[in-house]
Amino acid sequence: MGVKVIPRAARVYIGCALLGAGACALPALRPGAAIPWSTVALLAALYALCELPARCRLLGRGLGGSVPMGTGSFFPVLLAAALLLPPSAAALTALPGSLLARVDEPPAAPRRAWRAAATALAVWAAAHAAGALDSAEALGHGPDVPDFPYALLPAGAAALTFCLVLTALDGGIRAAADGLPPRAAWCGLLGRALAPHTVHGLAGLMMAVLWRSAYGPVSALFVLLPMYISCWVFAQYHRERAAHQATIRALVQAVDIKDRYTRGHSERVGHASVLIARELGMPEDRLDVVRFAGILHDVGKLGVPTRVLRKDGPLTPEERRIIELHPEYGHEMVRGIGFLGDARAAILHHHERMDGSGYPYGLHGDEIPEFARVVAVADAFDAMTSTRSYSRARPVPTAVAELERCAGTHFDPRMVAALVSALHRHGWQPAVTADTADDPAPSAEHVPPPREPLPVQPKEHA
Amino acid sequence: MRPGAATVGAVHGAALLLSLAGLGATLWYGVAEPGNALAFGSLVALGELARWGASPDEREPAPLAAAGALAYALLGTSGGTATTHGVLQIVAVVVAAGLAGIVPHIARGRGPGRDHLARRVLTVGFAALCFQPLYNSGALVEHLGQSPPYALFLLLLLVLTALCDAVLAALLLRARTGFPYGPLLRDELRALLGIGSAVCATGSVMALGVAAAGLWALPVLAVPLLLTQVSFRRYAAVRTVNRQTIASLARATEIAGCTPPGHARRVAALSAAVGRELGLSGAELTVLEHAALMHDIGQLSLVDPVAGGATALLPSGEQRRIALLGGEVVRRTGVPEAVALVVERQADPYREQPLPARIVRAVNAYDDLAGGDGPVAALDALERLRLATARDYHPDVVECLARVLARGGAAGVTSAPTG
Repeated sequence: MGVKVIPRAARVYIGCALLGAGACALPALRPGAAIPWSTVALLAALYALCELPARCRLLGRGLGGSVPMGTGSFFPVLLAAALLLPPSAAALTALPGSLLARVDEPPAAPRRAWRAAATALAVWAAAHAAGALDSAEALGHGPDVPDFPYALLPAGAAALTFCLVLTALDGGIRAAADGLPPRAAWCGLLGRALAPHTVHGLAGLMMAVLWRSAYGPVSALFVLLPMYISCWVFAQYHRERAAHQATIRALVQAVDIKDRYTRGHSERVGHASVLIARELGMPEDRLDVVRFAGILHDVGKLGVPTRVLRKDGPLTPEERRIIELHPEYGHEMVRGIGFLGDARAAILHHHERMDGSGYPYGLHGDEIPEFARVVAVADAFDAMTSTRSYSRARPVPTAVAELERCAGTHFDPRMVAALVSALHRHGWQPAVTADTADDPAPSAEHVPPPREPLPVQPKEHA
Repeated sequence: MRPGAATVGAVHGAALLLSLAGLGATLWYGVAEPGNALAFGSLVALGELARWGASPDEREPAPLAAAGALAYALLGTSGGTATTHGVLQIVAVVVAAGLAGIVPHIARGRGPGRDHLARRVLTVGFAALCFQPLYNSGALVEHLGQSPPYALFLLLLLVLTALCDAVLAALLLRARTGFPYGPLLRDELRALLGIGSAVCATGSVMALGVAAAGLWALPVLAVPLLLTQVSFRRYAAVRTVNRQTIASLARATEIAGCTPPGHARRVAALSAAVGRELGLSGAELTVLEHAALMHDIGQLSLVDPVAGGATALLPSGEQRRIALLGGEVVRRTGVPEAVALVVERQADPYREQPLPARIVRAVNAYDDLAGGDGPVAALDALERLRLATARDYHPDVVECLARVLARGGAAGVTSAPTG
């Protein structure tokens, strides 16, 4: 994505696609071609109308896995065109919609041109596939009943062709513009696109059947309403999802209000936890949970009185006991948040140690949930490599050496090894601490809080 | 007996009567066009089966079943040949298929509410009653023919049916909760724009599709609607998560020992009840509820917790300072700006406040003062709010709160004088 300057190869590629699209549409413009212009105009206008508001709302939100659903919600119109019209005319219906729709990233003009050319080519190919299977007869006309299980065949062929051509062209532009190797560019595109296109194919077929039926084009519009609504819901979904991530951040920021020296710590622990988990080969959906566990691990500090958290001077045993309640407070707070799943256990147990000397429950080895062991290592690593008011930041190698020294007694050696190899691979930006920058009178906390893993501090309880 | 029990009983009784009449008549006279009945019946049963994972407060947990039932009610022609089934058969098929589809859910103890079933039966009966007599007498085809106006007529009928459903839903809700009818109806009508319109559109397109292409149209059209259902589910799931997260954030003050347990939740529930009573609905109510949940969050910034967490007893300058701190936190959460505004303004004198802030202020003070200590403390607290209506609490809001409490809108109070 994000190409600001378009490479030469991509320019040539887009140029070829435009020429191809032009060649496809040309027969329709020749004098004497029997084209039902009213149908073409209606479908083209319909597609343009559908795409305009939908794209305005949708784009700017996450691309990612949502692409097939997000940008192609109105492909049924195009597939209906492929079933109803001759190939050259069908290619024309795709143009206004693709040219008018909003573009999310600059440069807009080549992106628009590319989208129009690719869609037109795909529709043209789909119309050819449908035509080869006699779609015109299968759809019926007026009072004639369509030939039904057979009509599924041209519709399926059209949808499949449309999907194949579009993904092939998309993979090509990714290879040309981003310089990806072709295999990587195509990888996964088709698998993600097949299911939505099947649905679009069915909706397109129904549109075409109703368009031709005695009830006329008006009834075909009804097919679009559910599609439009699901598109709208999808946009809402993205908006709410963004809000929900902001709410998670708010929980973290509420901690920051009380305990200023941890600023940025939560996010970094989340990041380091993901590094470890990815190294361990956890699947993608588990990574999200690990990240939440890392980000929220200290949320229970909200329950610790601010006076204790910001205390100047050594903590009394009583105060230390209060601070050590924070994993339980944290667990109590996030208990009600269903989607956090195993992250909740990680929050409760992130101060357990492998030899059973941690808290709150003094669990041993494998009794400690896996995510908690991940977060414990990430937490200790970030605590050592960032500057705190009571200690300077240590360089990464020193911190790693310290972690390795405590592996087995405090930390799970597997997690430590995973962190080490992840650091080799991705490197680490230690905290550029804003902790003290905007905090004129940093609370001189010289007692490391219990998260500090180093055995310098005497153990208060087992 | 609660005042709304008669309404609920009447609606349920009507639905039951209609179902029994339908089933009886169908058993007596036999089924017209059994093929159509079987196809639509299976669609409805499948649609009901597909309600797994629906949260109990979802508006339309089985959109496919609803659309299938409406389509059967509006089915005139099937693949070019006219049908003859009547209103009672439609009700019978929808009821039987619906029951077959929800048996597995009931077995797992997660069956749909009775209100929902009653509404389904009555709305399908309404749609069928509007359409079938006209169609079966031949008047419809004579005047409109098999043409675009016929399609528009179907759409019109479905809009009417949706309105009827909204009226019914608001009626039942009013009977159960005692909230004013207007805002409830407005909520229901607004909800129609969501999944309601998708159901209506699919219902009409199914009726037309079957008319034009025969029963094959059913599976072809069911797939896109399932997609719609899936995306609604995901949307609902994310909304639930948001609510849970906000509730957790609200609990933070309790865990920190700033406020007594359950305070935020009680204030939110009571504020929502008062807001409804005062005519708020939809998005405004959500803002009010979220603001009420998070109204004490500013206390987290205090170095020492307020004794008992009762901000209502603090000097007003201090109250406003805490409110401003809270607004600052809320502003960062990504919830709508309006929520932060309410939190920020909750301690201002009522003349300078927007309505939601007035509600939060009064309800919070009530909960702080009453402290859940039984009816005497509650009455005492209300009395103290009334005494402070010159500057701090809006008199209408306080009276409304008293009404809600008198109705048993929240625990602690069974009756209170209204003025």
